[in-house]
Amino acid sequence: MIGLDLLYLVGGAFFAAMALLSGADKENARRWGNALFWGLLSVSFLLGSYLSDLINGLIVIALALLAGFGAMGQGRPATTSPQERRESAGRLGAKLFIPALAIPVVTLAGTFLFKAWTVNGQHVVDPKQATLVSLVLGILTGLALAVAMIRPRPLVPLQEGRRLLDAVGWAALLPQVLAALGAVFAAAGVGQIIGHLAGSSLSDGGPLVAVVAYTVGMAVFTVIMGNAFAAFPVMTAGIGLPLIVGKYGGDPAIMAAIGMLSGFCGTLMTPMAANFNLVPAVLLELKDRYGVIKAQIPTALLLLTANTVLMYVFVY
Amino acid sequence: MSLWPLLGIAVVVVGFVVRFNPLMVVVAAALVTGIAAALSSGVDPLHALTGTLETFGKAFKDNRYITLTWMILPVIGLLERAGLQEKARGLIAGVRGATTGRLLILYLLVRQITAALGLTSLGGHPQMVRPLIAPMAEGAAEARHGQISEKMRETIKAQSAATDNIGLFFGEDIFIAIASILLIKGFLETNGIIVEPLQLSVWAIPTAVLALLIHGVRLWRLDTAIDRAAAANSKTPETAP
Repeated sequence: MIGLDLLYLVGGAFFAAMALLSGADKENARRWGNALFWGLLSVSFLLGSYLSDLINGLIVIALALLAGFGAMGQGRPATTSPQERRESAGRLGAKLFIPALAIPVVTLAGTFLFKAWTVNGQHVVDPKQATLVSLVLGILTGLALAVAMIRPRPLVPLQEGRRLLDAVGWAALLPQVLAALGAVFAAAGVGQIIGHLAGSSLSDGGPLVAVVAYTVGMAVFTVIMGNAFAAFPVMTAGIGLPLIVGKYGGDPAIMAAIGMLSGFCGTLMTPMAANFNLVPAVLLELKDRYGVIKAQIPTALLLLTANTVLMYVFVY
Repeated sequence: MSLWPLLGIAVVVVGFVVRFNPLMVVVAAALVTGIAAALSSGVDPLHALTGTLETFGKAFKDNRYITLTWMILPVIGLLERAGLQEKARGLIAGVRGATTGRLLILYLLVRQITAALGLTSLGGHPQMVRPLIAPMAEGAAEARHGQISEKMRETIKAQSAATDNIGLFFGEDIFIAIASILLIKGFLETNGIIVEPLQLSVWAIPTAVLALLIHGVRLWRLDTAIDRAAAANSKTPETAP
């Protein structure tokens, strides 16, 4: 069955290539830092499942130290000039969009097909991982189409990948490390502590106060945890169910649906949601690391207010 | 109930505010949280440290799939090398009446609708915003005003990313089989409340409409801001001939 194991092998090979090309990049004064960082990540992908939890923990520490003490520099593999790009765009025309659009199309098609694809009653692709397998397949399809059209020298696609990966740098790892932080928070019971504090601090303020505490609490706790999914059970058990539903007889479906969306308003405002807020800032080469968050804050606050009003009007 | 595990949150807040390296901040917060929780329940310091490293290391390993998405970079890089961004810019410059705000409003609407149908992978920052949406948004402004200021370029790029996020977040919950709806259903069920996914997703619609209105108005006003900045720019006398 095709599943995560195979994907991690492919990913490990990709990061190993990034490490080797980084090490060979004499123009980058800190090439060994880059080689070590991507190399360690490759080890984690290839061997992580077989190493002890402690060793995996030490790998994360090493990665963070490399990033934190400035061991990495941005490699700048040669690419085309703006003039060459305009000429190439004129020559290739709208065909250029085909590989880019093939990625989401294959991802979507695979997600649906792989779940149903069985041979002798056995799934060919792990149905739980259908989306990820499809995404990697989509990426490989897009790459094959792009290579067939552009006909680059063999190492060019990897060097172009490294150009972008080095522009993102250590931030590429942030979403995964934040997910791991979430697990540590959960194991330490951080959610329960906050839910307990929130619940005990407002015993009776009336139905409106309960709604405001719940929607604002969802947003604030999501800002802290970086993820509305972590905030939802805590706030709903701490405030939503005992007060809005239990005491004031609110509708649980309306409360929960709008409560989750209030949490999403928090997601728009926090650096802890790195893949939505910090990664795009790096990808778009913004000077302000928090530029995307700043662009989202007015919408998030207005929408949080709107959610609070919606819930108060309809939940009771 | 001990409050010591909350120390990790303080580490995060201080770390992000003083702009330490975020990767270090997050790792430090994890260690502080885990060690504080273990110590306050009477574990000896050495085992508090190793236990935390184990929890953290296991979770890191289990979440490797998140980092797999970077494998998209060679395709995007190769297409950029061949002029994908330039093509996207040129495409929008050829559309009459296209403005940055109108383009992003259209993208917001399309992102919301496709997400509501469960097609959440039809977008995203590495695969859509960097190669296509941001260059088109910039290209629309350039086609109308010629050069745009660096500051305005930053704003346009940031709004392109913001629009992708907002469209996704306030569209996906209308789809009945999305993770958050299933989480809500499961959580309420364990508390003895049975709801149908449809009951939940219907109540995502009012917020989705309001998100479109609120962010749409902001994007529409972005056009006014771009026009004003361009007008102010052209009035400033040139310092060099």
